[in-house]
Amino acid sequence: MSYYVTEIDTKGNIAVDDTLLVKDVLSTAGSHILEGFAPLFSAEVVERVQKAGYTVSGKANVGEFGLDLVGEFSNKAATKDGSLVGAAAQLVAEGSVKAALGVDLNGAPRRAAALSKVNFIKPTYGTVSRYGVIPCACSGEQVGVYAANIADLKQVLSVISGHDDKDGTSLQHDSYDYDTDLEVKGTKVCIIKELLSSADDSVKASVSAYAEKLRKCGVVVEEVSFDMVNAAQTAWQILMAAETCNNLSRYDGVKFGYRTPNYNNIDELYVNTRTEGLNFLTKATIIYGSDVLSKGRYNDCYDKSLRVRRLVVEQIKKLLGDFDAILTPVCSKAEYKPYDIAEAFTKVFDESRYTAIANLTGIPALVSGGVQLMGSYFDESLILSLAKCVERVSE
Amino acid sequence: MKYEVTIGLETHVELATNSKIFCACGGHSSANEPNDCVCPACSGMPGMLPVMNKSVVELAVTAGLMLNCDINRYTTFDKKNYYYPDLPCAYQITQLFNPICVNGKVQVKTNSGVSEIGIKQIHMEEDAGKLVHDEWTDTSLVDFNRTSVPLIEIVTHPDFHSAEEVVAYLEMLKSMFRFGNISECEEGAMRCDVNISVRPEGATELGVRAEIKNMSSLASIERAIKYETARHIDALERNTEVLVQETRRWDDTKGRTFAMRNKETEADYRYFPDPNLMPIVIDDEWLNEIKAKMPVSAEEKAKEYADAGISDKEIEMLTAERNLCDILDEVVALGCSAKEVAAWILTDCAGILRKNALLLSDLHIAPEKLAKIIKMVNDCKINRGAGKRVLGAVIENDVDPEKYCKDNGLDVQVDQGFIEGVVDRAIENNPAAVSDYKGGKVKAFQALLGACMKELRGAGDPTVIKALLEQKLNK
Repeated sequence: MSYYVTEIDTKGNIAVDDTLLVKDVLSTAGSHILEGFAPLFSAEVVERVQKAGYTVSGKANVGEFGLDLVGEFSNKAATKDGSLVGAAAQLVAEGSVKAALGVDLNGAPRRAAALSKVNFIKPTYGTVSRYGVIPCACSGEQVGVYAANIADLKQVLSVISGHDDKDGTSLQHDSYDYDTDLEVKGTKVCIIKELLSSADDSVKASVSAYAEKLRKCGVVVEEVSFDMVNAAQTAWQILMAAETCNNLSRYDGVKFGYRTPNYNNIDELYVNTRTEGLNFLTKATIIYGSDVLSKGRYNDCYDKSLRVRRLVVEQIKKLLGDFDAILTPVCSKAEYKPYDIAEAFTKVFDESRYTAIANLTGIPALVSGGVQLMGSYFDESLILSLAKCVERVSE
Repeated sequence: MKYEVTIGLETHVELATNSKIFCACGGHSSANEPNDCVCPACSGMPGMLPVMNKSVVELAVTAGLMLNCDINRYTTFDKKNYYYPDLPCAYQITQLFNPICVNGKVQVKTNSGVSEIGIKQIHMEEDAGKLVHDEWTDTSLVDFNRTSVPLIEIVTHPDFHSAEEVVAYLEMLKSMFRFGNISECEEGAMRCDVNISVRPEGATELGVRAEIKNMSSLASIERAIKYETARHIDALERNTEVLVQETRRWDDTKGRTFAMRNKETEADYRYFPDPNLMPIVIDDEWLNEIKAKMPVSAEEKAKEYADAGISDKEIEMLTAERNLCDILDEVVALGCSAKEVAAWILTDCAGILRKNALLLSDLHIAPEKLAKIIKMVNDCKINRGAGKRVLGAVIENDVDPEKYCKDNGLDVQVDQGFIEGVVDRAIENNPAAVSDYKGGKVKAFQALLGACMKELRGAGDPTVIKALLEQKLNK
């Protein structure tokens, strides 16, 4: 089985998730509904890595539209154990490519990186252009980088970040300097208790081991309580579903991608194309998103989630005022184990507990050594420096 | 029993921008064939993001100021979800929660007096594409040229009470927006939804409301309102039907409205804020910039022209077309008198356009060239007849006036001395005519004048030549 949906260059040194557009190359976001879709332009991040001299090796398989956090709702099983957990992460882990670009909208790349023992960074929202990302949850999705070590991660991140006119949410800085050699001695890192307690023992152990290594670097590590974990998770689930419902409505069989052969009128064209073209998880997300936006539910669900988002941002800023970074698990289990479909469906929600805060608030999140470090807005340098220090201690 | 009709309007106006609202595509009016002005963004391809066109905001604010609105300094965009083949993303980007202009008012004049119409809000949005039905293959084809063309929607309060008021209001908007370069307002660029209800005079509650969708001709709007009013009165008076709140469609050929959908089957558009477009903040500096660029209104222009001595009739013709005022103003700025330029435009230019089966609204002429022609005539370099010839050549072929005169021998040096020589020669070479004239045959003067004009080939001021000739003959 191949990790690639489409392989472009066998000598390529950078893989990109299938949710990123590469000009003239089939781009399906892992979905049957985008069958045969070859875009007219490349994503800005793809252009930037190409301009910097990297060669794109191919489109790495993803769960449909990147929504599948646990990797059980595949259209094309791609990885060696038949799961979809991070084809791009596994390519990096095996050393087939130097780095990979992934789209993080609910933490799937972070989870894949943790399970494949590689690094992944989801940078601050607005620092990397989303032009050419097959859109799902625009307000929280960001392009990030997978790499085997922090130095490579930093190198590729510097290439893809910086202002882009083609993205209205792109921030005005032309470029960002990431310093991985900041003095970490004396910095303070907190572990969120609520995220630790829901993980199993192996995960707890790896978080403690990581904390121990941080302490060896002279970092102060403390456990704290953050009482907005559940609220953040639910709010992001609602916003993500609503935006997904909206963004995926363009796949209607009229213009491109899959069109059902079974229709007699326009309504049947819409319904049958989408029924046949999307998988169960995506359809469930769309129905959920449609519900939270409906007249009777908008105020209690969607609008309230926007308010919760603002509160979580305030609280996380406060926490990151007291501490320099946050240390948490990325998922509840340290090793990949397949779920059966019914279990997987609830797990997609349950597991987002660890990743939702970064998508909801837009703060940077780095997965390294199987754990997650989150930092203040634009403070990628500090979490990268912490991870680099731990990398050195581990050697 | 007497009845009162109550009407509120939602008017969509296409803005006269160079490009679409969220991408760099040109407007659909520049399209030669279907799907000519289309890019990945306005055809809904995944991966494209909307980028706000600044001039849309400025035109919307200008329209709001014209209609005496408050400008919302913080304005946001929302997505409206519905499936239709002419809507490529299956959502329209519009403004629901924070529209750009609110609380305006305008006065509308009709034969029965002046009424004040409240403007509830103005919001910006993108237009949808167009479906074309192919009878031959029995399929519908989609044309995305109009997709994402910027619109403003002007929503009034239910302040109209007759079709006349509605028509007067729309005519006023049309001339205001055309004159202010807000919109071309040509066929289809202004479309109306009419909300109408009828109640017995003196009733406190409004009647059952019907919404007639998407009409673009003033005549249809007037007929539809009259038809709906009659239908409602019939229902109230003679129980011909039970009125329900519903959306209706006007059929111009059948001359009646048809029910499209009622409240129960009404769509839920699931509006929500668009996360891809940042809120727009209009600060004092930007607002003042827009205010400084506010176009003069037709009324102000008319007053200015009256002061410059232009006649009322001419002012009416000039202010009907913004383009004419612009040309006139620029030519005046180049040193010609307004009165004179008005005559050149309304008489000479109009005549030339008429010969080419064109209207004054089609006039395209570089102000510098018109000014040049007027000056050449005024300085007696050419006479008025020759000036008209040059003007024709400029309008039809955009020639250079001076070069055209030279090439066609219209630039004869016509100072006093030269003309005197010509007159002397005419007298010398036509002794018969001279003696006829002296003998009392007045018509012989015309022959002598003709001889002068022939030699001058249209140059020189005829009145000057005439005076000289008379003077010499009567010596």
